[in-house]
Amino acid sequence: MQLIPCPNCGRREEIEFHYGGQAHVPYPAEPAALGDAEWADYLFFRDNPKGPFAERWYHSGGCRRWFNAVRDTRSYRFLAVYQPDAPRPDIAQFMAAAPPVAADRASAASSATNAVTR
Amino acid sequence: MLTTTPGSVIPDHPDFLWRNPDPKSSYDVVIVGGGGHGLATAYYLASRYGITNIAVLEKGWLGGGNMARNTTIIRSNYLWDESSGIYEHSLKLWEGLEEDLGYPLLFSQRGVLNLAHSLQDVRDSKRRVNANRLNGVDAEWVDAEGVKELCPIVNISPDVRYPVLGATYQPRAGIAKHDYVAWGYARAASELGVDLIQNCEVTGLTIEHGRVVGVETSRGRINAGKVALAAAGHSSVVAALAGIKLPLQSHPLQALVSELLEPVHPTVVMSNAVHVYVSQAHKGELVMGAGVDTYNGYGQRGAFHIIERQMSAAIELFPVFARAHLLRTWGGIVDVTPDASPIVGVTDIQGLYLNCGWGTGGFKGTPGVGDTFAWTIAHDEPHPLIEAFSLDRFSTGALVDEHGAAAVAH
Ligand SMILES: Cc1cc2nc3c(=O)[nH]c(=O)nc-3n(C[C@H](O)[C@H](O)[C@H](O)COP(=O)(O)OP(=O)(O)OC[C@H]3O[C@@H](n4cnc5c(N)ncnc54)[C@H](O)[C@@H]3O)c2cc1C
Ligand SMILES: [Zn+2]
Repeated sequence: MQLIPCPNCGRREEIEFHYGGQAHVPYPAEPAALGDAEWADYLFFRDNPKGPFAERWYHSGGCRRWFNAVRDTRSYRFLAVYQPDAPRPDIAQFMAAAPPVAADRASAASSATNAVTR
Repeated sequence: MLTTTPGSVIPDHPDFLWRNPDPKSSYDVVIVGGGGHGLATAYYLASRYGITNIAVLEKGWLGGGNMARNTTIIRSNYLWDESSGIYEHSLKLWEGLEEDLGYPLLFSQRGVLNLAHSLQDVRDSKRRVNANRLNGVDAEWVDAEGVKELCPIVNISPDVRYPVLGATYQPRAGIAKHDYVAWGYARAASELGVDLIQNCEVTGLTIEHGRVVGVETSRGRINAGKVALAAAGHSSVVAALAGIKLPLQSHPLQALVSELLEPVHPTVVMSNAVHVYVSQAHKGELVMGAGVDTYNGYGQRGAFHIIERQMSAAIELFPVFARAHLLRTWGGIVDVTPDASPIVGVTDIQGLYLNCGWGTGGFKGTPGVGDTFAWTIAHDEPHPLIEAFSLDRFSTGALVDEHGAAAVAH
């Protein structure tokens, strides 16, 4: 089973987590100003990249807190985890031709965003 | 006394089912994706709508995507009129398809039971039966005893976690052999002059003055009068080549088979509530599937705990399976829409057509979408049966919500 590096709890089994889809999708700043197409975009259209993807995860069977992760949708490997209020890491750095990095790098990245990996 | 040693004579290679041509520099229609939908579209364009100068471009091998990985359930008992229209059209085509293609498909109308496990399930199921009947789709409500009669190995005991309270039954539903369907369409299309090009990945869509004029591929540039996308799990990636964003999420969807067993399961049983569905293939394997892995993924594989959950559901419903051995599990990449209905039709780019979003349930739609998508390409307007499935329904709000009928399953 895949181990997911929660920034609060460290590595835990995948079944403890729930998926939350694309991260960094803010509620529209001025909802009343939105037209149909913009509402459709907010409600129904999410990125669907083949490669690194910044997304939300919920550690429902652990600390019960949301966090963000960059995960490669080809290999399913976690490339970075960070707190939900932290800025999105530069996705381009993960696009390099080098094969996706193992979970070690994920924990390194998580400590870089001030998280504790136990 | 035998004159030769049995097994010592190697039989000749059987005839190839289709030609394997190099791509020409230009076609009237280029279809991206050689799964069931791409092949069926090419076949109907050539056989019904008079366009034969066609190439189907496939990045891997023909029918190696979801077409090779699905659990082959065919049915048309969806809730809304729009869905009944396209799925029932498809089922009618299935009923004549072996003759039409001149190719055996092991199409078997053994019926499907969609189980109800709660009062809400019962109400929803009865509503769906009524809606189906109004649309001329064969459907009936059967109680738990009726389920047992149709499929004696189902556990209808009331003292399980999710007791079986009854089911909808569609007698004309069933299964077919997915590979044969792909090969049957490929063979027939090839005979009609369609070029089926394998190992040819589309890497670019060339658009000039709002019109698509060709594709870039791993085997060079190919000019095209029209381009039709049928890339299933990779639809977001391919549409992005034309700057089109789609409301799709690509997920792993897994399935599995048991070792070969005596015939024990005469129909198809699906359960949304306990998340499993089962049929028995002609060869004897139990074929089972469940819901998608929740995360986005292009890896054609999923997590093992999904399989474990699926098996615990299967064993509660079919205690007799407890001693069966798992033979093989696999995964495909399914393109899921917000309303569990497909997206089919024209785009804002002239000559570019879209077919995607069939998610977990597009095998049954293969003949139906092949025919109506081909019509759409030939006439440059949406076929009446797919009009409701346009991309702009997400901004008009006219969704076709089939979560109840599609749910876990197909
Ligand atoms: C495990 C599983 C079980 C399922 N069970 C059922 C079921 O019981 N009933 C049902 O109705 N449906 C079922 N489905 C869904 C069904 O398989 C799909 O909806 C359907 O097969 C999609 O259409 P297709 O056959 O054309 O897709 P595919 O066979 O996936 O064809 C798409 C093709 O496009 C190719 N492609 C992608 N990108 C490019 C490119 N850039 N250039 C060239 N080619 C490209 C791919 O290689 C692929 O061969 C199931 C799916 C899975 C994965
Ligand atoms: Zn945690």
